[in-house]
Amino acid sequence: MKLRSRASALATLASALALSACATTGGSGDTASASAKSDDAFAATPAGEPVFASTYKPFPNVATAIRGATVYDGKGGVIEGGVVFMSGGKIVAVGGPDTPIPADIAVFDGAGKFVTPGIIDIHSHLGDYPSPGVEAHSDGNEATAPTTPEVWAEHSVWPQDPGFSRALANGGITALQILPGSANLMGGRSVTLKNVPARTVQGMKFPGAPYSMKMACGENPKRVYGNRGRMPSTRMGNFAVNRETWLGAIDYANQKDPKRDLAKETLVGVLKGEILIQNHCYRADEMALVLDMAKEMGYKVAAFHHAVEAYKIGDLLRENDVCSAIWADWYGFKMESYDGILENAAFLQREGACVVIHSDDQNDIQRLNQEAAKAQAAGQRLGMDIPDATVIQWITLNPAKAMGIDKLTGSLEPGKMADVVLWNGDPLSVYSRPEKVWIDGALMFDAMNPKNRPVSDFELGQPGEGDVK
Amino acid sequence: MKRLLTLAASVLALTAPAMAQDVTITNARLVIGDGSAPIEGGTVVVRGGNVVYAGPAAGAPQGGTAVDAGGAWVTPGIFATVTTLGLADVSAVDESNDITARETPFSAALDAATAINPTSQHILVHKAAGITRAATAMMPSGSIFAGQGAIIDLDGDATPVVQARAFQMINLGEGGADRAGGSRAAAHALLRAALREAQALVGKAGIPETTEIGKDDEVLLSRFDAEALVPVVTGRQKLYVAVDRMADIRSVLALKQEYPRLDLVLVGATEGWLVADEIAAAGVPVIANGLIDLPETFEQLGATQSNAGRMAKAGVKVAINAATMQDPRRLQQVAGNLVALTKMPGATGMEWGQAFAAISSVPAEISGMGGKAGVLKPGAMGDVVIWTDDPLEVGSVPTQVFIGGVAQDLTNHQTRLRDRYKTLDESNRPKAYDW
Repeated sequence: MKLRSRASALATLASALALSACATTGGSGDTASASAKSDDAFAATPAGEPVFASTYKPFPNVATAIRGATVYDGKGGVIEGGVVFMSGGKIVAVGGPDTPIPADIAVFDGAGKFVTPGIIDIHSHLGDYPSPGVEAHSDGNEATAPTTPEVWAEHSVWPQDPGFSRALANGGITALQILPGSANLMGGRSVTLKNVPARTVQGMKFPGAPYSMKMACGENPKRVYGNRGRMPSTRMGNFAVNRETWLGAIDYANQKDPKRDLAKETLVGVLKGEILIQNHCYRADEMALVLDMAKEMGYKVAAFHHAVEAYKIGDLLRENDVCSAIWADWYGFKMESYDGILENAAFLQREGACVVIHSDDQNDIQRLNQEAAKAQAAGQRLGMDIPDATVIQWITLNPAKAMGIDKLTGSLEPGKMADVVLWNGDPLSVYSRPEKVWIDGALMFDAMNPKNRPVSDFELGQPGEGDVK
Repeated sequence: MKRLLTLAASVLALTAPAMAQDVTITNARLVIGDGSAPIEGGTVVVRGGNVVYAGPAAGAPQGGTAVDAGGAWVTPGIFATVTTLGLADVSAVDESNDITARETPFSAALDAATAINPTSQHILVHKAAGITRAATAMMPSGSIFAGQGAIIDLDGDATPVVQARAFQMINLGEGGADRAGGSRAAAHALLRAALREAQALVGKAGIPETTEIGKDDEVLLSRFDAEALVPVVTGRQKLYVAVDRMADIRSVLALKQEYPRLDLVLVGATEGWLVADEIAAAGVPVIANGLIDLPETFEQLGATQSNAGRMAKAGVKVAINAATMQDPRRLQQVAGNLVALTKMPGATGMEWGQAFAAISSVPAEISGMGGKAGVLKPGAMGDVVIWTDDPLEVGSVPTQVFIGGVAQDLTNHQTRLRDRYKTLDESNRPKAYDW
C-alpha cells in the first residue's frame, strides 16, 4: 500500500489484548460450544471449522430483466442489444435481443446503456482504514511484529465506513477484498465482502469466499522494522524472516497433534491451498524471487498487488499463472514505484498474463472502470487493440479468479450471483456512471431514486446527509 | 538542407534553450479555454512564442511552420494548481524531497522557486500529459506557512520559473491547527501576530502601523519570515488559504475585515458548497477539491463531488485543485467526471467548456496569469496541445505539445521504459544494450 500518514499509527497494546480476549470468548461457533458443554470440558471450536461465519443474506429482490443494452459478460464477450434476466438472486439468462423473458417481471430499457457484471476490487482497506481517517480508526496494520499471520482483517472492519456506499454508487462495486496493510511481511488474513449495508461484518461476508493471506515485499516491512532496529531492515532480511516462518509452519503442519497456533493455522491453510496468497510486490526482480520462495516452500501466489514492474516479466507471470493487480497510472511516489508505466496492463495482456486493476484507495475504488480504460488507451497508442470486453474482465472475472470466487460471481452467466451494473453510458468513458447496481438480484443503488442511496450510521445528522456524493 | 538544419537544431537543443518558432496549426477542433464551445476547423497562430490568432481558419494570418491537426482536439496547455511539481524526484525518498522542511527555522520566507528541478521526471511526465504550466508550492511542515509558491513552466529548460513568489500559502484547517500547536485558535492567533509583524515592517511606506509590535520585535517570526509577509499584508502577493470546513471558510472570509488588502484564494474548500453564496459575495476564488466525496476528516463531513459545480453555479470562480490527486495529470480526468455529473439526478457538475476552463484559464487567472496562460487568445504565451482524443476523456494524451511556441520533446523515463519493454525478446542482445 502507498505510504500514508494515518497508516503508521500503531494499535495500542490494550486494544490488541481486547481483541484477542474477544476472539477466545465471543466466537460464534455454535456447534463447538455445544460440544464443549456435552464433554464437560472447555474447548474452542476446532481449527478448520468455520468461525465468524457469514450471516449475509441477499436483500429482497424481484425478477428483473434489462433489455436492449450493450452487455459485457465479464469473460471477454459482448452482446449488442442484449438481454440480462435475473431471478431469485441469480442470473437466469444472458443473450441476444430474442432471449425470452417472462411477461410479468420488471423490465428496464437499456437502449444506449451498458451492462457489466458487478465491479470487484481485489485490494481495498475500506472498513480497516475507514473515513474519517483518524488515529482511532487506524486498524489496517498490526505493525507490532514483522509477521502476523494470526490477525484477520475482518476483525478490524467497521461496517459503517461511508466509503462502502461511495464505492457502490460511483464505482458499481459489488464485492471487494479487504486486506491488512503492508507494514508486515505477513499481514494476516483478508476478508471478502459483499458491498451491502450491514450492522456487522458477518452480515457483509461473501458466502463461500476463501480466505487469502496478505504478504508484502520490499520497502515497507524493511522500513517499518528496520527503523526500530530489528529484523528485517533489508530485502535479504525480508526473505530470511519469510523463509524461517514458512519452515516453522511446515514443521507445525507435520506434527501429529499440535497445540493450536493461530499464526501457523493460517500458514498451513496456505500450504494446503485453502488460503490464497495476495502479495504486495512492486519490483520485477523481487516478484521472481518470491515465486522461487513459493516453489521452495510449496505454496502458490494468487496475485502480486501494486505490481508496477510486472510488465518486465509478463512471460514469467503467465508461466506461473499469477495475476498482477495493478494501478493504471500510479508511479514515482516511492523508490520501488519509479519504473511504473502506463502500458503495464497492456504489456501483460500481450504476454497472455492475468491482469487485474485494483485501487488500494477509497477514491480510486469509485472509478476502477476509468482506471481500466486508461490502461487500455495506453496500449492502443502502441497499436495494441485490447477489446473493451477484455478490459471489463480486468475488473470483473479476473479479480474474482484471483480471489477464488470466480465460480460464484465476476461474469454474467446463468447460475451465478446476480451482481450486475447498469451504466448510463460506455463504462470505459469518463462521462459514464452507474445508474443501477444489483447485488444478488437486489437493487442496492438507483441513481434515479434518491431513496435508494445508502447512508451510514456515521453520516446521520451530518452536513450533506443523503446527498448524491 | 532542411534536414541538416533540423539536425543542427536538435543538437543545439541539448545545450541552449530551444528557440520559439512561428507555428500555424490548422484543421483543429479548437478549444480556446475560456469556457466557449470548440471551434471546428480552427486555426492557431503562434509568433515569437505568443499566440497571435486563434479562431476560424478564415481570418488567420499566414506564415510560419504549418501543422495540420487533422481534425484533432487542440487546446491551450493545462494549468495545474496547486502542485509540488519540480520539488521531489521520489516523495518517499527524503533526500530527493524538497516539498517539506521540518527542521528549518524559516517558514513564510521559504521560496519554492529556489528548489525547482526542471528535469525532474515528474515535470517531464506531466508535460507529456499536456500540462504546460503549474503553480508549485511547498506544503506546510513546521508552521501554518508553506512559504512562497512559484509559477513554473514544464519545458525542462534552464529557466523553469515564470514567476517566483507568486503567492504565500497557509493552512488554517486541521493541518494548520496541528502545526500551530493543536487548535484552530492557535493557528489564527499565529496568523494575526505574523500579519501584524509584517504590517509593522511596512511602516509609513505602506499600511499605517496599527499595532504595538515594534519593528524589530521578533515575536513569533524571524525578521526574514516577517519581511516575506509584507507583500501579503499589502495585497501585492496572493494568500492561498487551505481550509475545508464551512466554519473555517467563513473565518477566512472574515479576515478581509481586519486586513482589507489581503488578496485571498481558498484552497480545498470541501464544504464550500454550503457557503457558496458567501464566497461569491466576497469575490474570493476557490481552487476546489474536485471529486472528494468522503468525510476523510471531520472538516470534510459535507464532502460531495458536486462541490465545485455548486460553487460555480453560485458565481464563484472555481479551479480544480491538483493537490489532493494521485498526480496532477489526473486533472483532465477529474474535469471529465464533473461533466459526467451533469447527467446524474441531484448532482451538479460542469458543462464541458466550463470544466476545461477550470483546469486551464481559471487556474491561470487565479494564479495571476490571466490572459497569459491556459487560454488561446492573442497575447497569451504559446502553450498549445494537440490531443489523441477529447482531452477530458480517460486515456487521451497529447501527440504534440508546444510551450512558449517551442515544440516539446515528450520523451521521459516512462516512455523509454515503454519502448524497451515493447517486447520481451532478448534473443538478439540483452535489454541493457538497447539505447
